[in-house]
Amino acid sequence: MAMFSQNPLMNGPNYSFNQAPATASDGHKQHGFYPYTDNGGSTLAISGADFTIMAGDTRSTSGYSINTRYKPKVFKIGGTTASQNDATIVLSVVGFAADGEALKERLDAVVKMYRYQHGKPMSVKACAQRLSTILYGKRFFPYYVTAILGGLDEEGKGVVYSYDPVGSYEREMCRAAGAAASLIMPFLDNQVNFKNQYEPESGAGHELQEREKIPLPRGEVEDLVKDAFDSAVERHIEVGDGLQMMIVTKDGIEERYLPLKKD
Amino acid sequence: MDALVAQYSRPTFQSKATEDLDELQQDERPTLSLKFAIPPVAQPASWLRAVTDDHSNPNVPIKLAHGTTTLAFRFQGGIIVCTDSRATAGNWIASQTVKKVIEINSCLLGTMAGGAADCQYWLAYLGMQCRLHELRHKRRITVAAASKILANLTYSYKGMGLSMGTMLAGVTPSEGPALYYVDSDGSRLSGNLFCVGSGQTFAYGVLDAEYHYDLTTEEALELGRRAIIAASRPRNNTNLSVD
Repeated sequence: MAMFSQNPLMNGPNYSFNQAPATASDGHKQHGFYPYTDNGGSTLAISGADFTIMAGDTRSTSGYSINTRYKPKVFKIGGTTASQNDATIVLSVVGFAADGEALKERLDAVVKMYRYQHGKPMSVKACAQRLSTILYGKRFFPYYVTAILGGLDEEGKGVVYSYDPVGSYEREMCRAAGAAASLIMPFLDNQVNFKNQYEPESGAGHELQEREKIPLPRGEVEDLVKDAFDSAVERHIEVGDGLQMMIVTKDGIEERYLPLKKD
Repeated sequence: MDALVAQYSRPTFQSKATEDLDELQQDERPTLSLKFAIPPVAQPASWLRAVTDDHSNPNVPIKLAHGTTTLAFRFQGGIIVCTDSRATAGNWIASQTVKKVIEINSCLLGTMAGGAADCQYWLAYLGMQCRLHELRHKRRITVAAASKILANLTYSYKGMGLSMGTMLAGVTPSEGPALYYVDSDGSRLSGNLFCVGSGQTFAYGVLDAEYHYDLTTEEALELGRRAIIAASRPRNNTNLSVD
């Protein structure tokens, strides 16, 4: 088994840390504590003028095995009912599914307590800051997750906050995370932020005018998400099976499930 | 004795209620109470290094976002703080749009190099401490005092695996423009010119060659910009000045 343990793609992490080499860089053997497994998968969020789309594939893997073909990575946060149908914030977590689940439960409890104590729903901005401190609370024993938080800001504009495993965060237009982040993110840079796109015939070298950045309409973003995942499925073995999408608008959260290739 | 009597003479329902409330509030208290989860192993710091330090082992499971190049210098017109805007996690460029100059309050700036989360979190914490100082003493905190709070903090976590190299720049009535360097080893230095981060050597190369105290504001801004460009890529850099 050990001989198959290296990730053939992009020198990425090994599939399961149980198979990670037991030698640290200083040459000493280390035994014992490997609390993490990489469950693969990928997530993606894009914000628009009056909506945010959060998406994730539903495959869960460990090593070369598929645990299940339907394990959601995108969650509604802070609703008042069991079905969370009145929630306004979405969270996606990718990495180690158990840590992700724990993080989701914790943030959900905090947002629910906030509503109970303050008599109003938590703003996405406040929720984003709180998620950062939750992640940092495990600075010395990190959650093995990359989180993305999405919703609508005070003005009703779409927002996406992206996190590293210990809670540094930033508001962005779009973000891809997880196993296929390196496949999806460059595509998003080009198609959402118009990176390396210039006005035709604006000259050469320093004369070149960058293409003007405008927020994309919802239909276009939905197509973009679908295309991004279809492409990732083609080239990454840990991504596939199904695509779960949550679309946050002022009318609430619409959830959608689309099939992806299962091979 | 009075305290003992008071403790037991309350009706039980009341104490029950307050206890419940205490418990709720404890749950709700932000984790700025400085209690961190520690892995259940004998050597938490070396375990943390084994799973997160991508410098000593490029195949670590958890790659954290790091800042790259920051600089700040004092000159006759005030202080220039200049950073690039890239964050990396191993070889992966995590972001090209990071804000590495963090406003602690209206006249105190901190910079982010090293662990992005460490800098964001502890500079936010420092902002809180500075505000409390302001409320307690009815005057704004000096840069010297603020940097000392941070240095004492990083020193108390020495060896735990924090990674931050930060510069605190600010103007106060008692000090004028002041610049301090604080890092996760617990060092705290005051000076006229600092470059911090993986690109520091390149930035020093440009800055040391051209720097003198009597630069005009335009020259100083241009110099800061050129030093950052030398250390990384053109464009994508934020410039902020304190006059």
